[in-house]
Amino acid sequence: MIVRSHERVLVQGVTGRQATYWTARMQEYGTRIVAGVSPRKAGINHCDVPVFGSVREAAEHVPLDASVLFVPPLSVKPAALDAVTAGVPKLVILTEHVPVRDTMHVIAAAREAGTEVVGPNTAGLVTPGESSVGFMPAFDPSIFRPGRVGVVSRSGSLGTLACLNIVRAGLGQSAFIGIGGDPVVGTRTRAALEVLERDDRTEAVVLIGEIGGDMEEDAAGYLPEMRKPVVAFVAGRASPPDRRMGHAGAIFQGDRGSYESKRQALERAGAVVLDTPSGIGSALLSMEMSDGTR
Amino acid sequence: MNIPEHAAKALLENAGIRVPAGTVADSPQGTARAAARLGPVMVKAQVPVGGRGKSGGVRLARSPAEAHAVAGDLLGSRIDRHRVTGVLVEERVRVAGELYAAVLNHPAGPARRVVLSERGGVDIEDTARTDPGSIRTLDIDPRTGLRPEAARQLAAQTGLDRAAPAVADVLVRMDRLHRDSDAQLLEVNPLAITDAGDVVALDCKLVIDGAAAVRQPSLAAFAAPEPLTELERAARELGLQFVELDGEVGVLANGAGLTMTTMDVIRHLGGRPANFLEIGGDAYTKARPALEIVLAQRGLRSLVVNFCGAFARTDVMVGGLTVAWAELQPDVPAFFTIDGTGAAAARRMLRERLGLEPYPTMDEAIAAAISAAAQDPG
Repeated sequence: MIVRSHERVLVQGVTGRQATYWTARMQEYGTRIVAGVSPRKAGINHCDVPVFGSVREAAEHVPLDASVLFVPPLSVKPAALDAVTAGVPKLVILTEHVPVRDTMHVIAAAREAGTEVVGPNTAGLVTPGESSVGFMPAFDPSIFRPGRVGVVSRSGSLGTLACLNIVRAGLGQSAFIGIGGDPVVGTRTRAALEVLERDDRTEAVVLIGEIGGDMEEDAAGYLPEMRKPVVAFVAGRASPPDRRMGHAGAIFQGDRGSYESKRQALERAGAVVLDTPSGIGSALLSMEMSDGTR
Repeated sequence: MNIPEHAAKALLENAGIRVPAGTVADSPQGTARAAARLGPVMVKAQVPVGGRGKSGGVRLARSPAEAHAVAGDLLGSRIDRHRVTGVLVEERVRVAGELYAAVLNHPAGPARRVVLSERGGVDIEDTARTDPGSIRTLDIDPRTGLRPEAARQLAAQTGLDRAAPAVADVLVRMDRLHRDSDAQLLEVNPLAITDAGDVVALDCKLVIDGAAAVRQPSLAAFAAPEPLTELERAARELGLQFVELDGEVGVLANGAGLTMTTMDVIRHLGGRPANFLEIGGDAYTKARPALEIVLAQRGLRSLVVNFCGAFARTDVMVGGLTVAWAELQPDVPAFFTIDGTGAAAARRMLRERLGLEPYPTMDEAIAAAISAAAQDPG
């Protein structure tokens, strides 16, 4: 999912402390925030936008292209279903610790309604120079600037580091897609690669994976169909098995979801897999990209 | 969260699935008493470990005296990282056939996936290699659940005849239990068909989604304690994600991905990471307790602090860290890199308060920390 500058964004849970801080950052960046939802504070203005009691109600007053959720874990399911029912086409769920059963319910309902979901447990999306949806440091010019590299990352912090290395190499990003650190997410690595492959502004892709699950192996199955080159880094090589490493999704047992399994799958499919994220810049520079704005 | 076998079986029984008669014992005497009541018994170490039978954790005892001896062996012993503090003593069941049945979350669907195989009593991973055709799966809409007709069709595919309806009934009940308990995995292996034609769950593995613990308090109370080190337990109580490793270069970073990567690059550049410790997410204001935890590790020779702020503000993290550093006055050399949200203010604080210059890149900070760790402490 890529959110463009013209798209109208709703903030669910807008009156919370973190939401207030990050809504202001998104607005400064130029994201078109048009309304907020906060069931107990409907009727007020907050961050210069009207606050409604539900997405359904907000959608009656203002057209919505996307919604970003800053709501507590157990409120995600009703909040997301509210947005799906109201017909919002794109949902970005930032919340960590959402029960997987709720996530699966939301994704099933969203699919039926034709709503795209990114997350949960994602740092969000950035389209440099256009919009930022979530809590990535889009405003920091040492990390984000418009360019031609698309980035897919399960991790927000490591995604930030990848973007920093892209800018250090004199390049920039076409889009950053944070897919989230949970074991079940609405947009998996492969689907994010499909978006970047279709995106005209993207000429190369940086894929940031990590141990656990099978998203990287699954994505490797798509690489041979891609025209654009892929540079990858997979976190967790030095992590022991059977221990959870922060992200609920970052745990592997035996061979399944291990570093070796992911690296091998990606390399066999033609990706350049790096030993350290510091190599991202030079790997990209060695690839053929048309110049222009970069 | 792993639910111990005996507790998982109580849940199965509540859900209307037959399990062998049995009881939990924590002493050889208790085990012998149970055996006197139940006849020949299986004595099963209550540890959340796969392949428990192969490691000698499941034993047959034909008499109370034998049960006493077996329990004496098992109790207090270690299987993997787990100490055996209890055994499940169960009547021995005469088995005519063994199946494998499971309900699990399938992320690629996403869907709940029901798995049934006529090859029970062995690891499903082994069956996947030796006889993949025997594994039947059915993906179901997480909103509706497994319908009885679908369960009957699945059971019929496995070539069961008389037992098929009873097995289908067990699958429907397992699916409901999986949903209601917010499980990640509910595995019954073997699901036995007895000489008398009954369908009985002989073993059960139940893993609950940790994110659902808040709304599953009764299950969370059952959860098998994780085998944590003292320091890991202290960190857990402070709400910090911390894993102790055996290296000498300490790690303090924000976010799971960046923290794992810091460990990876330490290893890649020839060092050994001492730990995983992240203070991102909701924990980014806990710099002080995080520092105390990381410094308490024996064998620590140097420390890498790697912050790349997105949601976690580096100025808040470094602010807390520099105050704690001044108070604790550690003698371990620290090597910083700071980028992202709040970085300019964070770098300034580091210079002004600790007189330390952050390294321009993560790799440079890590290389410096590795060479500091290699110095003779004198």
